[in-house]
Amino acid sequence: MKKDKGFTSKDLKAYAYLSPYIILFTTFILVPVAIAIALSFSYFDVINRPSFTGLLNYVTLFTQDKIFLKYVLPNTFLYALIVGPGGYVLAFLIAWMLSQIQAIPRTVLSLCIYTPSMAGQVFIGVIWKTIFSGDQSGWVNSILMKMDIIDQPIQFLLTKDYFMLIMIIVSLWSAMGIGFLAMISGILNVDKELYEAAYVDGIKTRFQEIIYITVPSMKPQMLFGAVMAIVNAFNMGWIGVTLSGANPTPEYSGQLITNHIEDYGFIRYEMGYAAAISVMLLAIVYLFNLVAHRLFGEKED
Amino acid sequence: MVKTKRRHKNSFQGSKIDPRRFSRSQIKFYIILIPLAIFMILPVIMIISRAFMPLGELYAFPPHILAHNPTMTNFKNLFKLSSSTGVPMLRYLLNSVIVTVFTVLLNLIITILGAYTFAKKSFKGKAALFEINQLALMFVPTSVAIARYLVITKLNLTDTWLVHILPLAAMPVGLFLVKQFTDQIPNALIEAAVVDGARETLIIRKIIVPLIRPALATSVVLTFQQVWMATEASNNYTSTDTMRTLAYYLGSLSTNNAIAAAGITAAASVIMFIPNLIIFICMQSQVMNTMSHSGIK
Repeated sequence: MKKDKGFTSKDLKAYAYLSPYIILFTTFILVPVAIAIALSFSYFDVINRPSFTGLLNYVTLFTQDKIFLKYVLPNTFLYALIVGPGGYVLAFLIAWMLSQIQAIPRTVLSLCIYTPSMAGQVFIGVIWKTIFSGDQSGWVNSILMKMDIIDQPIQFLLTKDYFMLIMIIVSLWSAMGIGFLAMISGILNVDKELYEAAYVDGIKTRFQEIIYITVPSMKPQMLFGAVMAIVNAFNMGWIGVTLSGANPTPEYSGQLITNHIEDYGFIRYEMGYAAAISVMLLAIVYLFNLVAHRLFGEKED
Repeated sequence: MVKTKRRHKNSFQGSKIDPRRFSRSQIKFYIILIPLAIFMILPVIMIISRAFMPLGELYAFPPHILAHNPTMTNFKNLFKLSSSTGVPMLRYLLNSVIVTVFTVLLNLIITILGAYTFAKKSFKGKAALFEINQLALMFVPTSVAIARYLVITKLNLTDTWLVHILPLAAMPVGLFLVKQFTDQIPNALIEAAVVDGARETLIIRKIIVPLIRPALATSVVLTFQQVWMATEASNNYTSTDTMRTLAYYLGSLSTNNAIAAAGITAAASVIMFIPNLIIFICMQSQVMNTMSHSGIK
């Protein structure tokens, strides 16, 4: 290996090819993250110049912000744990079951199961608002009333009682994502001879098959799926506001950290404080990913 | 000895990944998967059929699953409504189409160049750069919406088409998937072309692109899904309705949930959703092909 300092023309050419990507990546991902970190140590109301306040925003966040501590933080962890890892395990189990049936029905059923992941914010909002509509034409209300379980329609999306539950159902419904597709093809590509060998070695059940053969031989896909599942869980932060039509959600019952950022950033214009919450969000996502890499990452050395 | 061997063989028969034939052991999977698939797809079917229901049927009690008297009224009303509010819906549609086409194309070029460079060239800082991109797979854009807004105002991009296009043109997941796929192209192919005197641009066009078509199709599907549905730029980085997209407009319809609007919103969401579905179905086998190379090592 040569260890010279300067760039060769080969290096320069490579960077020339990469430059459009690097420029856009820097402008819209790296710089915003850096700005968010910098602003999180300041007070900034968009009009006046930001003034340095040190760790004040973080101190306020963890000692004064009752809404953050009482609702946002627990909600976010509950929601992210169920929709992220929960949705991930679900996606794996479904992918595994799909791999046990023939190709044509598998394609049809996978398409049905994946379709909600393509729905997008607008479509998801329309669908589930119709299903959980608070009058008797809402589908859930209509079924419950017909079965004489309730006599008054329930305001599902305007009261706190069922709000988080509905958010989780809707998110899981649309959370299969491309990680799910990656896992289906991962399972299908596991070398069949491995199974044969394992049966000779004394494996007896399908469950053992999953634990000892399937998962270990598709770790890279498992990791990709895990990262996608986690990111999806946090990217779905708009779900509560879309369903209830307002930020904050009913009595903060579905308030997630993303909504809290928007509340302070775009509604109250306290950008420094909102930036501090953003940094916390990035840290939480990173934490979740660290766990995923621990579980499925392959050590290089 | 012979007996035990046979028993092993038999127990292996019981469990098969990707079976060719139907066997009774598959029934239990169908019992779980079919109801699940119905649960997943039913809401989608019901909303699509609502788009074709006349007003009376929309509020029928109990609700209908399929339209009994299908009609196009909701679509007509949607077009009428938008032309009465100043900005015609065709303008939003035009914005969406322009933004989507250019984002997908730009993303394609950037991704091809990036994936080829990462997969087939060695240069200083490669490992570190790819590591950063891998880290960016877990990036949550909404977390830095405000900082992005500041960057965009500094660059004077507000109220332009570029503000819709540029933030979505560099997509870490797309680059990652295409790069993983490009890795498996044998270097010998490229070396042979170099010996024959082919220039690098020609190699990319004639050798790389045709071979990585499935991965590129996947990247197109993902980019399309993101940009077609995107509301972030319309919500945060534009101030005039004429520069906003269809997704934003149709989304704003569904937030003012007036009674007569129910059919219109259903029609609107169908317009948003159908292109997505069609593109995915067309590219489905290529996407699955790409996914077998998607692993993070």
